Amino acid sequence: MDWIVRYLWLIPVLPAAAAAVIAFLKQGRRRLAATLAIGSLGVSLLLALIAFAHTLAHPALEYQNHNWLQFGAEWIRFGWLLDPLTAVMLVMVTFVGLLIFIYSLGYMAHDQNFTRFFCFLALFAGAMLGVVIANNLLLLFMCWEVVGLTSYLLIGFWFHKPEAAKAAKKAFIVTRIGDLGLFLGMMWLYGLSGTLLFYDGGAGCLEHTAVAAMAAHGVALGLTASSAIGLLIFCGAAGKSGQVPLHVWLPDAMEGPTPVSALIHAATMVAAGVFLVARMYPLMEATTGGGPSSALEVIAWVGAITALLAAFIAVGQNDIKRILAYSTVSQLGYMMLGLAVGGVAVGMFHLITHAFFKALLFLGAGSIIHGCSEEQDIRYMGGLRKLMPVTFATYAIAMLALCGFPLFAGFWSKDEILHSAHLWSISSGPFYLGAVGAFLTAFYMTRQVCYAFFGPRRPAPRTVAKPVHESPPVMTWPLIILSIFAALLGFVGTPAWPWFQSFLEGRALALNFGAFSGGMVSLMVISSVIVIAGIAIGWWLYGSKPITRAEEPDALERVQPQFFRALGQRLYIDEFYDVTVIAFSRLCARAFQWADRWVWNGAVQLVAWCTRMVSHFDSLVDAHAINAGFDGGSTGLAQGGRLISRFQNGRAQNYLRVLGVALVVLALILFWSHAG
Amino acid sequence: MNHFPWLSALTLVPIAGACLALLAGKRRGAARAIAAASALGSLAITIYLWSAFNTASGAMQFEELHAWIPALGVQYHLAIDGLGLLMVVLSAIVVLISIASSWSREEHGGLYFAMVLFLQAGLFGTFTALNFIHWFFFWELSLIPAFLLIRLWGGAARARAANQFFIYTMVGSIALLLAFLALYLATGRFDFLDLAQLSQQGQLVPALAQNLHWGGLSGSSIAECIFWAAFAGFAVKVPILPLHTWLPSAYAEAPSGTTILLTGAMSKMGLYGLLRVLVPIFPQQMQHWLTLLLWLAVASIVWSALVAWIQTDIKRMFAYSSINHLGYCTLGIFVVLKLAGDQINRAAAMNGVFLQMFNHALTASLLFWFVAMLEKRSGGLHGLNDFGGLRKVVPVLCGTMGIAVFSSLGLPGLNGFPGEFLIFKGVFPLVPWAAAVSLLGLLFTAVFFLVFLERVFYGPVNQRWAAMPDLSLGERLALLPAIGLMFVLGLYPQLIVGAMNSTVMKILSQVRF
Repeated sequence: MDWIVRYLWLIPVLPAAAAAVIAFLKQGRRRLAATLAIGSLGVSLLLALIAFAHTLAHPALEYQNHNWLQFGAEWIRFGWLLDPLTAVMLVMVTFVGLLIFIYSLGYMAHDQNFTRFFCFLALFAGAMLGVVIANNLLLLFMCWEVVGLTSYLLIGFWFHKPEAAKAAKKAFIVTRIGDLGLFLGMMWLYGLSGTLLFYDGGAGCLEHTAVAAMAAHGVALGLTASSAIGLLIFCGAAGKSGQVPLHVWLPDAMEGPTPVSALIHAATMVAAGVFLVARMYPLMEATTGGGPSSALEVIAWVGAITALLAAFIAVGQNDIKRILAYSTVSQLGYMMLGLAVGGVAVGMFHLITHAFFKALLFLGAGSIIHGCSEEQDIRYMGGLRKLMPVTFATYAIAMLALCGFPLFAGFWSKDEILHSAHLWSISSGPFYLGAVGAFLTAFYMTRQVCYAFFGPRRPAPRTVAKPVHESPPVMTWPLIILSIFAALLGFVGTPAWPWFQSFLEGRALALNFGAFSGGMVSLMVISSVIVIAGIAIGWWLYGSKPITRAEEPDALERVQPQFFRALGQRLYIDEFYDVTVIAFSRLCARAFQWADRWVWNGAVQLVAWCTRMVSHFDSLVDAHAINAGFDGGSTGLAQGGRLISRFQNGRAQNYLRVLGVALVVLALILFWSHAG
Repeated sequence: MNHFPWLSALTLVPIAGACLALLAGKRRGAARAIAAASALGSLAITIYLWSAFNTASGAMQFEELHAWIPALGVQYHLAIDGLGLLMVVLSAIVVLISIASSWSREEHGGLYFAMVLFLQAGLFGTFTALNFIHWFFFWELSLIPAFLLIRLWGGAARARAANQFFIYTMVGSIALLLAFLALYLATGRFDFLDLAQLSQQGQLVPALAQNLHWGGLSGSSIAECIFWAAFAGFAVKVPILPLHTWLPSAYAEAPSGTTILLTGAMSKMGLYGLLRVLVPIFPQQMQHWLTLLLWLAVASIVWSALVAWIQTDIKRMFAYSSINHLGYCTLGIFVVLKLAGDQINRAAAMNGVFLQMFNHALTASLLFWFVAMLEKRSGGLHGLNDFGGLRKVVPVLCGTMGIAVFSSLGLPGLNGFPGEFLIFKGVFPLVPWAAAVSLLGLLFTAVFFLVFLERVFYGPVNQRWAAMPDLSLGERLALLPAIGLMFVLGLYPQLIVGAMNSTVMKILSQVRF
């Protein structure tokens, strides 16, 4: 076994150790903290590249397991694995992470909690890399939860803002709801397969024996055990990856600093759900017959609905980061759809390209916010094209990549998803949902770019209009590097040369222009037309006639005011949860507290009261019966005594009189008895 | 049995310390130094016991057996297995934390520290004695100092809380006493191990039927009556719903140093009783009532987590949280009595219970220690809305308390998680519905702890506390080992499980299936 497999654990442990050291640093040690975080992640990137090169040469899966915890005669074993999926994720996370760490040097330069920021970032990187290399679902879950913690800490990084504190809490709780499903699925999987190790020389829970047994084991409602467990695990993935109906936390998470939004809530952490489904794919797809498993069917529909719904809501948003957040939710839906209809490679390809262009979009947004004195409302931007040329150019590339404009990265990856959806045997519904979503994506991105970069400058009246400036090189260089990837990365997985797909699936690679044939090309043409139509309509509504005043109503608002307002209010989904789930839980809590006070404690008080009543009764009996009887008895005795004491008053004549009378009586009795 | 009587010594150290602390009287510095020395001495003995303990064996070790009142079957019988070992270590740590939390509370003088040490003696006695009479003496002994600690140093409503606490537990104890007198009348035994053996050999119910004539009740009905009486005694102490209503006001009114003892150590007396007495002696009765028992445990978990959510007092919130966390332990204990199912799942649940007991002791004590620090800095306030934005003012205090909070809500990597995982791992295959419903408890635990963080640590700074001092160097050094232990046990729980596993298997083998 190669040394890189043996020491693969260093990749997550290095940043985590850096976080531990930074935690003990004083707030003033900024340079040291940043050096530690960036240095450790840099080394991790190097190791990740070596691991990547290793899998290029030896694509077979390798792993190592070690004992961790014992119960009875059994050991829970932890381990790590290296396969193409892990290698790709390792490189993506460390590379994008490193760029964002560097960008944060500039973005967070003036923040007084700079040191702590890098501590949390490094901890995040460590945990996320742990998720990627884990060869045990429990270990993956543990890292997964720590990732959730760092997300909580970083969303609430500016915790003095009540909205940030609320958003952090919401993110943690909503994802935890999903995680409970994952937890339950994990227990079930453990119970059925007897191990949580993914791969263990044939005995792992993702290996043939266990999966075949679970696929053959029916539970209820026509589900097999493998699909039921798969769906429970998908709950966790849906929470992390913001799938409907658990998507509500992700837009609120934009309260965190923008590098956090880019790293955690766009490129890496939210993709962890997609990665989890990809990792568990042998379980998810398992059926005894042919055709897709019921788990994959559900995932496809959830993904497609998420892709469309979030794209709709994005149209009605005015906060630059919230638009991107809904866009992320929508794209995550595409990834899930891709996994479900096309397999691991299809979903993962979009995950990787998305990571680059979405990170770029967020960093660009951060650059804008930084340059515009913390303004986030696109209505108060305008005209930034000339003022921030580098940001504009890179943002435009990322926007085209996201829209799926021909030849940009997103084009290839999204097209593959739509293509697979089109071929899906169950239903063509997801394909149409995805296609409409693609149109909306192009539309809302064009709207955003027109608002932010075109037209005249429209600073908000409440702010002191400081001159807008381009960001410093430490922030623009990461943008430039990312934009190269956003433009070109798609070429590693074109239909003619599907290197990425063959690498992930371990197939032989061949250059084949024949792939551009018939259905494939016509679908490409259709999707290009959809994208160009979206951009054109967006430009027609928002770009052709410059928006001069921030207050003027949105072009769509003039057409459909009610619908637009509903979109702006995020279709009232949060409000719906407020009056249903949350209100019900609160009601239960109040009822339980009432019962605590009046029923359980009431019973105790009742017993106490009864006891007291018995005591009172006792004391009454004591006072009136026993005491009175005793008193009466003693009074009687005393009176008797007094009566008798009359006879003993010390007068001699009385005694003589008594004696005389007694003598007479005695004599009479004797006489009487003799006579009888 | 020629070895040094370590277990007797363990109980005598705090008694001696308490007497010395009483002698120190008004000299507070001397009293607390004595208390600390005594607590450290006890900890040293327990650590020695841990190191000398043969972890490969689940048998009783360090045994001391002497005749005491032979006519009544009362013996001086001390010994510990893994369970007892875990309990004495845990008690030593909890008492040390309690003393640390009272270190600079001026009102806690010689008498206070003496009471804490007497309580510790009660704990050590309870966890090492194997003869009922001897055990019951210490069980009750711990109650009196606890009562006085609440009554004399508690908050505004202390009198009522202390009385309720005392009477409630006393009623439970009387039920327990009656139960054991009945057992004695039927069998002539007071020794836990003897009684367990009788039960295993199936002789307990016939003996009850033969020797007790309770209005024509059958032997098994008598056994059930006795079981429920003993159960009540332990259930009050843990507490298990619905016998928990004494707890919130007792925890809230007690000085935080005492709450640490109540939640950290005294609640474990109830769990210890369940494990040492009920499971080995009354397994059939527990199996017979298993569904009800499981519901009680599940209700303790979910109910208390929900009620904790809407508390406006930090101590009450943490008190309900304590019921919730102990609910996982009772769930894990009850579930091993499920007739069908694999032994390996029972082993998982039981190992999880052991871990959870230790971790709850550590985490809950630490949480109340932090409450004590907040009280010290705010003049005794502990309302949820009395603070706000503290993380800006006292970042180190909030950071370290945050670690304890996340440990308590079961974040992997910290000590709270492995125990809960093992319990669920065991419970799910045995009784799936109980595991599924209990998940709600995990959810609402997160909810109320995050509400706590939001209200107390986050948001704009409450200007009243703008000058609150952060942790002193002494406090940081005192916290360091405890926080370090949380990480160690979170990442390497085998440290405890490795020493407990044999005992767990022994307890499981005592349950007849």
